[in-house]
Amino acid sequence: MELTFYIASAVAILSTLLMLTRMNVVHALLYLIVSLLGVAVVFYLLGAPFVAALEAIVYAGAIMVLFLFVVMMLNLGKHAADTEKQWLTPGIWIGPVLLASVLIIEVVYLSRGNTADSVAGAVGPKQVAIALFGPYLIGVELSSMLLLAGLVGAYHLGYRKAEKPEIQHDAHTHERRADASGDLVLAGTDQSARTP
Amino acid sequence: MLAGILFSLGLISLLVRRNLIFVLMSLEVMLNAAGLAFVVAGSRWHQADGQVVFMFILAMAAAEVAVGLALVLQIYRRFKSLDVDELSEMRG
Repeated sequence: MELTFYIASAVAILSTLLMLTRMNVVHALLYLIVSLLGVAVVFYLLGAPFVAALEAIVYAGAIMVLFLFVVMMLNLGKHAADTEKQWLTPGIWIGPVLLASVLIIEVVYLSRGNTADSVAGAVGPKQVAIALFGPYLIGVELSSMLLLAGLVGAYHLGYRKAEKPEIQHDAHTHERRADASGDLVLAGTDQSARTP
Repeated sequence: MLAGILFSLGLISLLVRRNLIFVLMSLEVMLNAAGLAFVVAGSRWHQADGQVVFMFILAMAAAEVAVGLALVLQIYRRFKSLDVDELSEMRG
């Protein structure tokens, strides 16, 4: 019980340390995900399984995918393919995989036994829900308004004005225009279809 | 203890790194550590309030990171850089 807690917190701290020493954003994201999963295991050990599931789903799932999207959007240069090839070299994902496998072994070990139920300060999801929709109802409404404001703000900030689609010219348009002695030549028209 | 260590790691990372995405990630770490402290306190005193507050922190972090990443996109479009020091011309 104590040992599992210390292992999970050691994994969390180690992966956070490795996160902030990475130079590459995607590697740091991998370690950050492992760190969040370690904190989720700590939550499970503390007798808060619902919060552990929320942490794994919302933090390690949704928010990290958001980060990944932005990293990929920023990296849309000509070097994108090369850097992607460089990221996928084996040895980079060894560290996160090792740390995450420690966490997986721990979760399997916990699910074999019933150590999480015997925690002294266990607070079940039912109590949390009663408290959430009882005295904290105004907080729920406020957080929903906050999420709506965040959605609208992110949409407004990330909005890019739609550029006018450029007219695509055929590669041989200029030659054909010279051939046709000034007549309008549409892109893509065949050479033989042109009237002399 | 763990929450304190994680929070200070996030703070150090926030101060040291000069990339905007790393700044946002260390903010995530710090918010996570604060939520961890709340959950630990709720578990210590057998109250559900800690987990409720953690959910509010979760929603706040989600909204914050959405707006922050949209700002990062705009900044990258304007300045073609994510270095915090190069953005210091934004004076009041």
